[in-house]
Amino acid sequence: MMGASGIQVGDVVVIERAHLERLFDALRQRGYQIVGPTVRDEAIIYDLLRSAEDLPIGWTDEQEGGYYRLKRRNDAAVFGYAVGPHSWKRFVHPPALRLWRAERTDGRFRIIEETETLPPFAFIGVRSCELHALAIQDRVFLEGAYVDPVYKARRSGAFIVAVNCGQAGGTCFCASMNTGPRVTFGFDLALTELLDAERHDFVVDVGTERGAELLGDVPYRAASDAERAAVDDLVAHTAAHMGRTMETAEIKELLYRHYEHPRWDDVARRCLTCGNCTMVCPTCFCTTVEDVTDLRGQRAERWRRWDSCFTLDFTYLAGGRVRASAKARYRQWMTHKLATWIDQFGTSGCVGCGRCITWCPVAIDITEEVRAIRESESTGSAPSPGKEQ
Amino acid sequence: MPRSRKPKLAVWKFASCDGCQLSLLDCEDELLAVAGEVDIAYFLEASRAVVKGPYDLSLVEGSITTPRDAERIHKIRRASKYLVTIGACATAGGIQALRNFKDVNEFLSIVYATPAYIETLKTSTPIADHVTVDFELRGCPINKRQLLEVLSAFLHGRRPNTPPHSVCIECKRRGTVCVMVARGTPCLGPVTHAGCEALCPSYHRGCYGCFGPMETPNTASLSAWWQRLGASEEDVVRAFRGFNAYADAFRKESERHEQ
Ligand code: SF4
Ligand code: SF4
Ligand code: SF4
Ligand code: SF4
Repeated sequence: MMGASGIQVGDVVVIERAHLERLFDALRQRGYQIVGPTVRDEAIIYDLLRSAEDLPIGWTDEQEGGYYRLKRRNDAAVFGYAVGPHSWKRFVHPPALRLWRAERTDGRFRIIEETETLPPFAFIGVRSCELHALAIQDRVFLEGAYVDPVYKARRSGAFIVAVNCGQAGGTCFCASMNTGPRVTFGFDLALTELLDAERHDFVVDVGTERGAELLGDVPYRAASDAERAAVDDLVAHTAAHMGRTMETAEIKELLYRHYEHPRWDDVARRCLTCGNCTMVCPTCFCTTVEDVTDLRGQRAERWRRWDSCFTLDFTYLAGGRVRASAKARYRQWMTHKLATWIDQFGTSGCVGCGRCITWCPVAIDITEEVRAIRESESTGSAPSPGKEQ
Repeated sequence: MPRSRKPKLAVWKFASCDGCQLSLLDCEDELLAVAGEVDIAYFLEASRAVVKGPYDLSLVEGSITTPRDAERIHKIRRASKYLVTIGACATAGGIQALRNFKDVNEFLSIVYATPAYIETLKTSTPIADHVTVDFELRGCPINKRQLLEVLSAFLHGRRPNTPPHSVCIECKRRGTVCVMVARGTPCLGPVTHAGCEALCPSYHRGCYGCFGPMETPNTASLSAWWQRLGASEEDVVRAFRGFNAYADAFRKESERHEQ
């Protein structure tokens, strides 16, 4: 079907760098609040953007375990960085949220429901791994018996401008997880930045009617075969230069065989149980609920906050904490991400974005931990399966 | 709920700087509400009027550093239904617990003209080392929002929301970029009890550990990482010898690096 712009879903067009602001204008005119990458506090984070000039133009990052440095590029690339400390989770599943309030009047409690009316988001620069992470959160929040109304409202109207990664970060491993770097679904428009001495353009894949309609306001031309090929080459190059890799063959069975493995003790000696890995992970969704009252007992509020399986209170039940040791907590987290998640939701809980590696203060690396357990089987240093240590 | 009488609140001071008591006065807007809900029976920082005990709730600031105070705290305990300690001095011995690592007589001879007039204990110790404490509110100083939370929880018979996990979780919730990862600045946040809402990292500084050890602090792993970032043994000792130097996990870590 033809959109008003004369473009169809599936078309590939080219927008010049100089016209990127027009895309922002078009989104703003349609009432979206634009959220995307910007430089702040020595990192590329996600926040509200006023214009395309707020994007991290000419910036990139260097990433390793427990290490992130913002760096200048020697060109003016707009999307020349890998994912940073924030994820879209902040916007669709906010870190702190008041669920309801209550007031005491005439000796009775009255519940005041929260009515959140936000303009729809437009997310700019969403990477393939992040689209997979959103799809995983959709399964968690939208597809079960209980739909999360806050997530639904924030997520369903969101306009997605995705970006194919022109380079992988130092801790990326989407190629191992089959979650990138090429954007394949879940976008309205998907951009690939082509930049060299002669040109600075975006090749745009049109993913939805809504995306096609938006392009009616932005100057574009059809993409040539050479330009389409350039996109393929760029993405293939990114895929071949992942900072990390993870062997995922029968990973569920592998981890189920090794609930008791000396490597868990080893990682527990290093792990700070600080929870950073879960906070930065784009698929981790756990929350805690806090009830607060005012001094006079006239008002009460219920708050929901991001929680972590690395805290002790997370498994507090009458009688004690289920996962008291650091070993039990790290094992729970990693086994959930890579194995039990598959049983629970039908996919891996890890999209290979590398955030947990970069933002772990002591560089604990999920790919290394898997490798150590896997290699112990072939070197014979693994305890025999099923045998308690 | 209508109460027959307002609960009686007392605020006690031991060896401390008064900063935590001031957090209560600092509540400004909420102070009237506090005064409306409790009878402030003993609070010399705010008023000379003294109502005799027993008290429903005693807030205790400061550490035990003299023989007289070691006795006084028992009297207060006996006169209090609930006893809540507030601040690093009361919960860990405070900065004055640095004396615990040295010979106090040496300090006396250096600091005072006539050391013989000074009657002091060899150590500065937390209140819980002397009497049973019902709840400890951490911080140097305490966070006034948390103090109001503890008072509200006390008044309404519920458990206060003062989570004992790391500062990192507060840091990430507010969206602060980690100073250790992005700048290489040593930070005590991963081993420190939450409560300050990750104040220092939000000003691009490492955490100083004001709220003491978190629930399961892996200080050894963090120190090893600090040293990779360039911190010396001495830096590590100094970092753990702050306001919470005598808190168990921090004390052991600084001692480990002194050998
Ligand atoms: S993991 Fe893949 S998709 Fe995600 S930022 Fe890295 S290269 Fe891009
Ligand atoms: S487990 Fe780590 S690499 Fe995997 S999705 Fe979460 S943060 Fe990214
Ligand atoms: S793996 Fe790293 S980020 Fe996660 S809890 Fe342990 S030390 Fe913190
Ligand atoms: S800045 Fe400090 S408190 Fe914040 S996440 Fe990093 S290590 Fe933790």
